[in-house]
Amino acid sequence: MLSRNSARATQRLLKVATQQRLNVTRGFASVSDGPSQTVQSDIFKPTKYGGKYTVTLIPGDGIGAEVAESVKTVFKADNVPITWEQVEASGLDDATPVARREEKFQEAVSSLRRNKLGLKGILHTPIERSGHASFNVALRQELDIYASISLIKNIPGLKTRHENIDLCIIRENTEGEYSGLEHQSVPGVVESLKIITRAKSERIAKFAFSFALANNRKKVTCIHKANIMKLADGLFRGTFNRLAKDYPQLECNDMIVDNASMQCVSRPQQFDVMVMPNLYGGILSNIAAALVGGPGVVPGCNMGRDVAVFEPGCRHVGLDIKGKDQANPTALLLSGTMLLRHLGLDDHANRISNAVYDVIAQGQIRTPDMGGQATNQEFTRAILASMEKSF
Amino acid sequence: MFALRAAAAPVQRQCFRAAPRASVTLSLQSRLYSSQGRVAQFNGQKDAQGDYTVSLIEGDGIGPEIAVAVKDIFAAAKTPIKWEPINVDPILKDGKTAIPDAAIESIRRNKIALKGPLATPIGKGHVSLNLTLRRTFNLFANLRPCRSVAGYKTPYDNVDTVLIRENTEGEYSGIEHVVVDGVVQSIKLITREASERVLRFAFQQARAIGRKKVRVVHKATIMKMSDGLFLTVAQEVAKEFPDIEFDAELLDNTCLKMTTDPVPYNDKVLVMPNLYGDILSDMCAGLIGGLGLTPSGNIGDECSIFEAVHGSAPDIAGKGLANPTALLLSSMMMLRHMELNTYADRIEDAAFATLAEGKALTGDLGGKASTSDFASAIINKL
Repeated sequence: MLSRNSARATQRLLKVATQQRLNVTRGFASVSDGPSQTVQSDIFKPTKYGGKYTVTLIPGDGIGAEVAESVKTVFKADNVPITWEQVEASGLDDATPVARREEKFQEAVSSLRRNKLGLKGILHTPIERSGHASFNVALRQELDIYASISLIKNIPGLKTRHENIDLCIIRENTEGEYSGLEHQSVPGVVESLKIITRAKSERIAKFAFSFALANNRKKVTCIHKANIMKLADGLFRGTFNRLAKDYPQLECNDMIVDNASMQCVSRPQQFDVMVMPNLYGGILSNIAAALVGGPGVVPGCNMGRDVAVFEPGCRHVGLDIKGKDQANPTALLLSGTMLLRHLGLDDHANRISNAVYDVIAQGQIRTPDMGGQATNQEFTRAILASMEKSF
Repeated sequence: MFALRAAAAPVQRQCFRAAPRASVTLSLQSRLYSSQGRVAQFNGQKDAQGDYTVSLIEGDGIGPEIAVAVKDIFAAAKTPIKWEPINVDPILKDGKTAIPDAAIESIRRNKIALKGPLATPIGKGHVSLNLTLRRTFNLFANLRPCRSVAGYKTPYDNVDTVLIRENTEGEYSGIEHVVVDGVVQSIKLITREASERVLRFAFQQARAIGRKKVRVVHKATIMKMSDGLFLTVAQEVAKEFPDIEFDAELLDNTCLKMTTDPVPYNDKVLVMPNLYGDILSDMCAGLIGGLGLTPSGNIGDECSIFEAVHGSAPDIAGKGLANPTALLLSSMMMLRHMELNTYADRIEDAAFATLAEGKALTGDLGGKASTSDFASAIINKL
């Protein structure tokens, strides 16, 4: 069952990714005028009424509202045939009363289930033990959105410490350390369970291999800590290695997570596709995002069996710059263009992503995280101006 | 509970010192730590000539060569250290990996050891020797400073981080089982006891090296109970150190910010549970050029072992090409732990000056010098 589903999902992805590959992952500024192949109506069935798609938009907390606003502005300016179904879910305590918060979250889940497509910011998660569990995690578990993809690539013109980085982090999203199973055996002794299953390891490994093939990538690296967690990560690595035999055209290797993070900051060029359990994905996507310019410029998506949610590839709420108009909308905009390609709306996607890359490459108007002084609104206006020019 | 602990502490500690530790196990002994006394203080005794004896595990591969370099430099600097070479080739005791009794005796007597790289024997049933050493001596804290080496250019400049990792539990508890075929549970264990111990060590270390800030790295948003406990204990321990600024940061943020720019971390001591510490300390090493340039100390109450964490590099073993920097810097940490700071400062200055000068670098740093050339360059600077 699981494997059939994963085969289907990867098939779907294969189509989507062919386009993404051309436009997002490799050639940032390239224009594709190929036929739109990204809609798999038989599998995905995104809702389309009167020639418009309905997409769930969850702006999220922190900078979410601001960057979602600029996505809406840019999409509207390009006449993208999308109707947003906006759900103001929040994980912040002060934003909404507790009961209402849960209700909003359920609303987001059912909206996503209905529309099968979403664009999402990041929801805040409190540290307090009394606080609710992470809505981000709950959403992924609820809808079985099992694969998270972060695309890490240098943006032309945005200088960072490292060059020629082009890697992709695929992270298992539904189990591992984020199982949420914890208990206190006696006061002062806490156990937290990490769950690794063969079925889910298989599913994510297959996904990674198909993704690599679809994107014409050469190498898949499995990241683990099987020298210490011999059973859990051993199962993950063993499953990966077993399935790797079915993909002789790909170079497959594995690496221990501490070594991988060391290699990431010293020689990140060696990596291509990386696949890993949940927690390591969180760690490495942050390390890798920092290499190319931070969470503001890294797009990503989450693929499930029925639902695809596009969200920034490096998940930061950005409460510290909330409401200051300093946020960088690039990550959400690029995630949005991935969504457009997913729908086969490539012309729109290309116009928008070209405009974003143009503005960044020119370098005069950049948000503070990219070393500029422009506000989010100024940056968004520059993108609009650039789009206008291209008409 | 806490008031009682504070009152009982001084007495408790005296018993502690006096009592011979017959058995040191991983079990959660009800140890109490006073807020006054130093965690993991060095208690070694000088011999009649005024020298300390240090157990020396030369290790495998390049280990013996780099150990010679360190010994030569120590002799030239006239450090009051005598070496006692020991052999830790693993034996199986009741089906479990163990180190020979003679080695255990030596380390227990000297209370301090310096260790080169060990190749973990391949074959089923052997736990890594590093893990065995940590468990045998209950080395609860792993101290991992990383400092940019002037002679070796990386994309990151002026890195000077200090990271402390809990060494005995967390994700590396080793408690795992197969629930049903294809479903594995691995248990991350966090206890108040071990957390308190390593956190107190972190604050004391911050004081000892003159840093004003301690930061806990955690993931309590997701692991609310386990990392939450670590965080709660940190907040409690922080109250005992009003002179040290305390804050906490989410693991994701630390990864992101450190990789973007590690310099803001130069005034802090970072402390965290086992797995995060393992990953981040190696990442920091990556920032400055790899494990060949970073020292490491495993700190315990009874004794402490300082080590080079890089591999044993069997491919260049015996050729005199190895870089002894990591072991040398580890031995500097060892000297400071023994409160022989003046010797440590002198040798460290000479070593960093030699590296910065760039004339006598080993092959891994892009030079052509042999291990002994590098060592004599340092000796000339002393």
